[in-house]
Formats: sequence, C-alpha cells, structure tokens
Amino acid sequence: MSAPDHTPTMARTGIWQRLEPHLPLILVPLLAGLGLVAIPSPTSWLTLTVSGLAMGMMIFIMASGMTLVFGLMDVINFGHGAFISVGAFVGISILLALGSMTGTPSLWLNLAAVLLAILGAALATAALGLAFEKVIVEPVYGAHLKQILVTMGGLIIVEQLILVLWGPDEIFFTRPEALKGAVTFAGAAIEKYRLVAVGFGLALFLAMRWILRSTKIGLIVRAGVENGEMVEALGYRLRLVFVGVFVAGSALAGLGGVMWGLYQEVITAHMGADLMVLIFIVVIIGGLGSVEGCFIGALLVGLMQNYIAFLQPKLALISNIGLMVAILMWRPQGMMPVVKAK
Amino acid sequence: MLTRLLSGDGPRSLPLALILLAIFLCLALAPFLFPGTRSVDTAARICVFILLVASYDLTLGYAGIVSFAHTMFFGMGAYGVALASTHLGRGFDALVLGTLAGALAAAVFALLIGLFSLRVRAIFFAMITLAVASAVAVLVSQLSGLTGGEDGLNYQIPRALTAAQKYLDEPVLGVRINGKLLNYYLVFAASTALFLVLLRIVNSPFGRVLQAIRENDFRAEAIGYRVVYYRTIATCVSAVAAALAGSLYAIWLRYVGPDTTLSFEIMVDILLMVVIGGMGTMYGAVIGATLFILAQNYLQGLMGAAAAGLEGVPLLPGLLDPDRWLLWLGVLFVLSVYFFPTGIAGRLRGE
Amino acid sequence: MSEPILKLEGVCTNIAQYHILQGVDLAVSAGGVTMLLGRNGVGKTTTLRTIMGLWRAHAGRVLFDGQDIAVLSTPAIARTGIGFVPEDMGIFSDLTVEENMVLAAASGPLDPARLDWIFAAFPPIRTFWKQPAGNLSGGQKQMLSIARAMAEERRLYLIDEPTKGLAPAIVATMAGALRDLKAQGASILMVEQNFGVAKLLGDTCAVMDDGRTIWAGEMRELAEDAALQERLMGLNMENA
Repeated sequence: MSAPDHTPTMARTGIWQRLEPHLPLILVPLLAGLGLVAIPSPTSWLTLTVSGLAMGMMIFIMASGMTLVFGLMDVINFGHGAFISVGAFVGISILLALGSMTGTPSLWLNLAAVLLAILGAALATAALGLAFEKVIVEPVYGAHLKQILVTMGGLIIVEQLILVLWGPDEIFFTRPEALKGAVTFAGAAIEKYRLVAVGFGLALFLAMRWILRSTKIGLIVRAGVENGEMVEALGYRLRLVFVGVFVAGSALAGLGGVMWGLYQEVITAHMGADLMVLIFIVVIIGGLGSVEGCFIGALLVGLMQNYIAFLQPKLALISNIGLMVAILMWRPQGMMPVVKAK
Repeated sequence: MLTRLLSGDGPRSLPLALILLAIFLCLALAPFLFPGTRSVDTAARICVFILLVASYDLTLGYAGIVSFAHTMFFGMGAYGVALASTHLGRGFDALVLGTLAGALAAAVFALLIGLFSLRVRAIFFAMITLAVASAVAVLVSQLSGLTGGEDGLNYQIPRALTAAQKYLDEPVLGVRINGKLLNYYLVFAASTALFLVLLRIVNSPFGRVLQAIRENDFRAEAIGYRVVYYRTIATCVSAVAAALAGSLYAIWLRYVGPDTTLSFEIMVDILLMVVIGGMGTMYGAVIGATLFILAQNYLQGLMGAAAAGLEGVPLLPGLLDPDRWLLWLGVLFVLSVYFFPTGIAGRLRGE
Repeated sequence: MSEPILKLEGVCTNIAQYHILQGVDLAVSAGGVTMLLGRNGVGKTTTLRTIMGLWRAHAGRVLFDGQDIAVLSTPAIARTGIGFVPEDMGIFSDLTVEENMVLAAASGPLDPARLDWIFAAFPPIRTFWKQPAGNLSGGQKQMLSIARAMAEERRLYLIDEPTKGLAPAIVATMAGALRDLKAQGASILMVEQNFGVAKLLGDTCAVMDDGRTIWAGEMRELAEDAALQERLMGLNMENA
C-alpha cells in the first residue's frame, strides 16, 4: 500500500487566513485606545477603562450560559434574565443576613461572606434552572417562536414571584466594608470592588476556557455545538449534557446577578430583564454559541458603555446598538461565528 | 356585502360570530350604553388596542416572527402627533402631519431593522428588536427637552374634538353630543377601518405567501419567494398600523409618555392579548384586547377584595395582590402557548 | 456463513410526510462485509441513519445480535458497539484531530496499540495530530472519520460512501485500510458507489430501489453478471 501522495492543505493557508478569525481580539485594545484619544484626561480614562472592564466581566458571566445553551441546542432563552434577578435577591439576602461578617472591615471575613452569598445564589439559580428547563423549555424544543414566547412568559412569572416573596420595593444596601472605597493608582481613583470584579471575572473566564478546552465534558460541549447528531452517534447523551449546561449557565447568571447587585448597591426584580438588552447585544456580536466571542463582546460593550456615558451620557445605550450594527455589517454572523454542520 | 367587508374570512363559528358582534355593538354604542368618562375611556382604549394587537398578529401570527419593537412603532405614532401638536400648535393639520410623520418613521425603522436582522436569521429579529426598542425607550425618557422625558407631553387638540365643543344643546338619550363624542367615534371608525384593511391584507395573495413562509421557510424560498423580502414588508405594514394606532391613542388621550406608549409592560400586554386571543386569526386580537383591558380595569379590584379577605393567611394575600395580576396572566400565557396555541378564537372555531 | 450480527426486517422510515423507506430487509453476517448498493436517492443513507436511530423506523425491526435496537436512543445504539461513518463525515472541525479521536473513544482513554494500528493505516492522522480537523483536506477528513469509528473495538461498522469525491490515489489508501479492517474480522455494512471498491471488499451485497431491498446475495454473483447489474441498478458498472 502506498503512502498518500497528496499535499497537506496546511501549507497553503497564509498568515492572513490564520490571523483573520482572531482579528476580533484586537478590538478591545483598539476601543480602549480610541477611548484614550477621545477622553481628555488620562486618569479619567483609566478609571473608566477599569469600570468598563469590570462591567464587561460581569456581563460575560451572565451571558456565557445563554450563548452556550443556544449553540448546543438551538434554544433561545428569553427568560435568562430571571436567573440574574433571582440570584441577586438570594445572594443579597444572604449577605444582609450575614451583617456581622460584612460590617467589620476584615477583608477575609468580607470575602467569605460574599463567597457564601455567591454560592447560595448559584445553588438557588441552578435549582431554578433545572426546573425551568424541565417545565418551560423542554416541551418547546425545536420551535423558536414558542420558545421565545414561553421563556418570556417564564420571565414574567419569576419576576412577579420575586415581588411576592421580597415585596414590591427595590432593596438598597451597601457593600461589605473592605470592598468600599477606592484605591489610587497613577493618579486615578479605582473602586476596589471593580478590581475584585475584574479579577473574579477573568478567573471564571479562564476556568471556563480550561473546562471547554481540556476536559472531556468540554470536548463534548464544543463538538455538540458544531454537530450534536454526531456526538450522539459516538455514544454520548447530549440531552444530559445540555441540561447540565443549562443548569450551569443559570448558576452563572445568578452569580453574575449577585456581582451586579454589589456593583450597583441596589437590586430590583426587573434588573435581569433590563440587563438582557446588553446580554443580547453581547451574544449577537460575539457570534451565537461562541464563548470567546461572548467574552470579547462583553468587554467591548462594557468599555463602550462607560466611555460614552462619560462623554455623552444620554447616548450610552444607543452607542451599544451602534456597536452591534457596525459589527454585524462587518461579520453578519457575529465576531466569532460558530461553525454549524448544517 | 359583509363577506366582502371581511375579505371572505368570516368568524366561521357561531359562538365566535356572536361574541364578535357583541363586542362590535358594545363599542359602537359605548357612549350610550355605558355613559361615564371612565367607561368611554375604556372603550376607546379597547378600540386602539384591537388595532394594535391585530397589527402585531400580522407579524407574529401570520409571518411567524417575534418582534419586541411593536411599542416603539406605537410610540412613534403617538409622539408624532404629540410633537406636531406641540410645535405646530393646535389644529387638524398638526394631527394629520404628526400621524403621517409617525407612520413614515415607523416604516423606515421597520425596514432598516428588518433588512438588517432578518437577512441573517429570523431569531436575530427578536433579540435585536428588543435591544433597539429598549434603547429608544431609554433615549426618549432622557431627551426631556424634546420629549418631556418621563413626564411625557401634554398638548391641545382641535376644539372640535374636545368636550368644550357642543354640537347639540339637548343631550340625546342622556348623552351630551360634543367634541369628545366625535373624538370617540373618530377612534372607533378609524380602528374599525384599519382592522378591516389588515384583514384584507392577511387574506390577500401576500398574506397567503406569509403563511406559507411561516409553515416552511425553506420550501417557500425553494419555490422562489424571497423570504426576507416578504417578512420585511410584513414588518413594515405592521409597524405602520401600530403607528396609526399610536396616533389615535395620542389624539384620544391628549397626552403621551413613555409609560403609556413605549414601556416594556405594554409590549408584554400586547403579547398576552394576541396569544390569549389567538395567534394568526385577526379576530383573536379583538377578543384578546377586549378581555385583557376589561380584566385590567375591573379584575384587579376583584383580586384586591380577595386578598383582603385572606388577610392573615401566609403568602396567599401576596399572590392575590392586585399588583400581582401579571403573575396570573403570565401563567395563563405559558399555558395558552402550550395547550391552546390558537387561543380563544381558535378554540371557538373548534381548531 | 455465520449467524447475522445485524438484521433488518421490513423497516419503514418516514421523513416529514415522505415515505423514504418502505420495507428494507437485509443482513450483515458476523465478520463479513455487506455492500449496500443502488442508485442515488433510493434510501441507502436513510437505512444507515435509521439503524443509528438518527431517523426513527416507524415499522419493522432492527435486530443487532438478536436485540431490537430500533427502540433505543442514538447514544444507546452507539454504545451497543456500532461505529458510524456518516455521509458528510461528521468531523468536528473546531476540534483538533487528537480531540476528535479522544471523543470517539467514548468508553475510556485511547488504546496506544489501537492508535498505532490507525496511524499505520492513515499516516496523515499522525502528521496532523495537533491541528484543527477543519484544516484537513477532504480525503484526510474521510480518513479521520473512519479512524474515529476504529478508535474503539466495535462489533459493527456502518460506513457511508467512504470513497465519495476522493482522488483515485486516496481511494486506494482508503480501500487498503478498509481491507485491513476487514482482515481483523470486523463486521461492516457499507454504502458504496464505486463498484470497484465494492467488488474488492464485499462478501455479500444488497441492492435497494425506491426505499426497498430488491436483491440480496453474494457480491461475486452480482459482480460477474452484467445483465443483473443492468437490471438492478439501471446501468452497467463495468468500470471495475
């Protein structure tokens, strides 16, 4: 038997072809650079950039589950915002109950309290996610129109239940002592909590990336996004994997909800629904189903929102619509489109 | 004659026909049957929402695409009238100009959003309309110099349409014949006429193609219909009808604000009305809007009484609080999508 | 010939409102290679997909080692020991060649001895081990698809047109590897349009037309009878 005598295709791909898919990576520094030009004072720019990154990280945490759920099962969950709100209410309630731990200016006690709150919120929203998947989503697989309607109905119900359980008013609170205030760096005041949010968000992103790249479950998820049928034909029960991803995505949304609540120092029942606007923009410009695209998209949206809010406050949200339009003109399927087998 | 007016698409069910006839007669004679500011106000609101929900049914029920920007189009019509009346002064020319401008703006926006998002994937449309509509709502509430912000705009409409103008000295059947009455009949007649136009559209060849696309867009595309083109046109028609409903609402209320036209709550209301009434039937819009608005106005009182009666029982009063009525509508909504996808109208037709 | 390991009895499959399969009967003997032949669009691919549970049979039985697997889910069918090479190859192009192979070994880590055997049969798999599978050429993707099916001990292989669209030199590599697989005693059901390859590898064969099996017998018998070929498949496959 002769060895195959055909040339490998690898040699033919030029540098451009190999770089091109990764082009979106430079958009974040590019936008930050533009911000530096547009914003007169470098110290304000630094403050805004850090808060933009912090906001982007939190949005990424909330949006990542949604984009994966879509990629894996073609399910679009308009009720995703409900998990954000529920997470925030559960987490902040835990935090308020741990007043003795959050009132003292001990960093470790404070962080322990926040961690407990986040864990509680993630557990609660994971359980809610499981119920939501079984009751609301499962009966409408494969029917987008019904999915949109039913998950929207689910969002309304959950929001109203929050109002029943926690009362109709928004809840104001203050962050734990050690997370209050700001540090000064290069003349710019940077809120401590934003640094924590950036660090935490980055850690979560890296962990998620590691799971997706280096574990078998991650392989199954990535393969399932591309060709679910073939994954099943190899003997994996994709349905279970999907439920797992849905639950994990719900937990992440709840976790993000707590972080967002701590960032704003106020929570409302409809905060999740409000955030869905930014989440949709992020998921669309990232490329439906792409975690990396979602990460870059979230950072872009966070930076844009903060820069424009400083320059021209009234145009902050519209500017993100503009960002979405620009990116879709460039790549109609989003920055990092997911290859679909069919 | 009647068949032609209904474009050959009658109720096709005796109970449905009777209910529709009853609603029509009640609305036509509302000022005489239910005198009183509040009930006439409710009747006018029902007329406007029947038109608004029917126009939404064109995209959702017939074209099979979900839009969350319908209130934005509704608001464009309303703000068109409000801004024209504020800046051009009181007059019919302001009303006409504002209405036209609002409808045009809605058509252009719908065209842009449609071409932009439907080209890629129909599912983008739902997400993008949601994002754009929220951004516009935020913008409107922030540009207070132009739009009055959260407070909205109060303005004057021609005297001929207000209670100050008397047409007869003597009341007829106890009802004063004044400009307000004329205003009601303007809203009623325009809503009815536009509803019949929408009914004509969904029963035209264009409407049939839309339904073919809804059933199977790949096949429709394969037969040679430009799916994106049809869906975009449907979105535009629907947007214009919504803007016209907004203009009527603005003429009736003499006030516009984000809460009455643009808010997401109204979008949710529209969704509930069309789903509960029956998607893809047009008549479902009549039943859905009527039931919903009556319930909104009168059922909440009932819930309040029930909640008060259950004082002391844990959680139950909270669940029955009149402010929580959306909870029950949400449950009803999800159940209807699962079990009665054709809604009340479909049920009555025995589908 | 020994007892059949796979047996289809009167299998009917509908896709939407179309009756694609209207009574398929065929058998694959243990350790033998059965060729599924027929013109385009007669339901060969649908037959393989129905066996995998990717389409549901609405009538008839699919007996694998005596067990009716038509009622099982696709993952459960795969786990009874069936390796599947779909018509579109089903490569995960976002994953590396290595990741594709790791995923294919569903029950545990890859066996090094088995991997050496695969590398010997398909050298490019080793060459591009760490590369994204999406960068492979068409022939290399086909090799990866078959290599994936070989990643574990399977009791049956379903292979859909392994030589479709390949250059003659690669067809030879492919045929060699498949003959190797056959020599190991594998049971194979293969859809093949290249009559030369079919003749080379097939022990028995079944010919389909219009959603039914219309002939079944020894491969040799069909290969030697031009008139029979003409009658069954509407063309003379003299190109062997």
